[in-house]
Amino acid sequence: MTALLEVIDLKKHFPIRGGFLGGTTAHVYAVDGVSFSIEKGETLSLVGESGCGKSTVGKAILRLFDLTGGQVVLDGKRIDDMQPATLRPMRRRMQVVFQDPFSSLNPRMRVKDILAEPIRNFGLATNSKDLDDRLARLMDKVQLPRDAINRWPHEFSGGQRQRIGIARALAADPDLIICDEAVSALDVSVKAQIVNLLQDLQKELGLALLFISHDLAIVEHMTHRVAVMYLGKIVEVAKKRDLFAAPKHPYTQALLSAVPVPEPGAARQRVILKGDVPSPINPPKGCRFHTRCPYAFDRCRTEEPPLRALAGGHMAACHLHDRPDSENPLAGEAGKAVLPA
Amino acid sequence: MSASSLPSTVHVPAIAAPLPDVLPPFKPRRGFIGYLRKNPIMAFGGALLLTMLCIAIFAPYLWTVDPTSLAPARRTREPSAMYWFGTDMLGRDVYSRVLYGARVSMLVGFSVAILSSIIGLTIGLTSGFVRWADAIVMRIMDGMMSIPPILLAIALMALTRGSVQNVIIAITIAEIPRVSRLVRGVVLSLREQPYVDAAVACGTRTPTIIWRHILPNTLAPITVQATYICASAMITEAILSFIGAGTPPIIPSWGNIMAEGRALWQVKPYIVFFPAVFLSMTVLAVNLLGDGLRDALDPRMAKRL
Repeated sequence: MTALLEVIDLKKHFPIRGGFLGGTTAHVYAVDGVSFSIEKGETLSLVGESGCGKSTVGKAILRLFDLTGGQVVLDGKRIDDMQPATLRPMRRRMQVVFQDPFSSLNPRMRVKDILAEPIRNFGLATNSKDLDDRLARLMDKVQLPRDAINRWPHEFSGGQRQRIGIARALAADPDLIICDEAVSALDVSVKAQIVNLLQDLQKELGLALLFISHDLAIVEHMTHRVAVMYLGKIVEVAKKRDLFAAPKHPYTQALLSAVPVPEPGAARQRVILKGDVPSPINPPKGCRFHTRCPYAFDRCRTEEPPLRALAGGHMAACHLHDRPDSENPLAGEAGKAVLPA
Repeated sequence: MSASSLPSTVHVPAIAAPLPDVLPPFKPRRGFIGYLRKNPIMAFGGALLLTMLCIAIFAPYLWTVDPTSLAPARRTREPSAMYWFGTDMLGRDVYSRVLYGARVSMLVGFSVAILSSIIGLTIGLTSGFVRWADAIVMRIMDGMMSIPPILLAIALMALTRGSVQNVIIAITIAEIPRVSRLVRGVVLSLREQPYVDAAVACGTRTPTIIWRHILPNTLAPITVQATYICASAMITEAILSFIGAGTPPIIPSWGNIMAEGRALWQVKPYIVFFPAVFLSMTVLAVNLLGDGLRDALDPRMAKRL
């Protein structure tokens, strides 16, 4: 089975302009060599802390800006170097739902016009009656009353606006929806509704989802596979169960241990990382995580570990896996158990 | 680590059922009148401006005489039942001159507001969207802004003949940088809005994005700015006319009525007083209206509308 979306060595560096003539003084290495793939109907979650480049990956795939390097292949076609005219029909196949339900809808357009925009752009409706039918079906799909279509965005609550955002993404009849923190701004009960809605739609329409999130509880609830990002790179990719049961990268381990447990007084061991995330303007040499990694050794400071396959389709970028299991604190199921203080 | 922090999955049928987050009750807008009632200051400003506008338009029918007709025998008369605002040193009726003077102020104020908004909008949109043009255009605008608008207008008037048309052009040029900067700033922030990204992802072409997503959202700040420009253009026009660099003396304008009355102001203060009061009231009216519009068009205040 070929992948619906394949991202190969994606790079996006933002220039920092300064000085009198606005020359480039440095770069922000927001995304620095990210590769993954998503199959039809699959959910891949991209997790990591703020500023690690998750959202940049999403926007780069959507070609909201040009890439610094790498390839994005959608259904066998490279889209990263396409001209705008050839890219436009490909845009139909991947849509986006943003985090902020308030700024993701134009306040001066009625819901009807917001939803009709992609349909008109891609010429999906044959006549005005067909358009009306499509709009009505979209409202049904996201479980909003049909007559709400003539209203303005400010008349809706956050959760309802997010439904409108999802309906707009569905309007183009896409194969892939990139959910950029799509539920992070919603309160818990609404969050659950939207997550369930996305799951139902995925089943019904066979959508692939790239679910960009920092909320591991939601990710565990709805994803098939997880990719963990740290400072512009993917450090680990695995099936959900494998990743949550036995993380193979020290960063993932720390990330999982930071998830709150809804059980007061539960015995838990936490990995507390020292220091802050280094700046993506000047990322550390070698393994990017070595400045905070409790297991770091000399090799980590000089040589960057590649992302490579371990057993069972699990992939991790860590030199520890070169060592024999007896010397590898992350071997086997051991990743779950936590390191010395 | 579990998903138990989520509420249990509620299966929702494919066709819409009543939702937990139902639509808020539809509140009919109270309309423009209701808004004005809540904002008496804005209503006052609007009414005052409307009055001034009517005065300007209907000046010939408001018991005026020819504002340029000279009557040396009846010069510098005090205000009376015959000459409501008195007469000036050439015997012209100050009441008629002040009313006709409103025409120049209104014409200059509104023309400058409209022209500089349109031109500033075009420049601002261009430099907000065309990266390479941005640096060039904005440095030119910075250069223009380093000269006080009044000096710039005087300099421009020095290059041409005094006429109302040239006054409008000169003040418009002096006001353009302010509007361009405002629009550029708004455009740059709107470009980063997720709904613009979503429109790009939806395959909308750039001209359509500007027309549909950017332009409508710049209109509110532009409208507010236009009222302030209108007020400042009226003052600039009066200053230019006062120092003799603006409206030619043959056309009565508040600025040159005051200029002519200046020599006599200690003995015949009414010649300066009446045009000055009209100018102040008009500028006040425009500014009050502008403040009201700013409150009304600010999205954070939208609920009050």
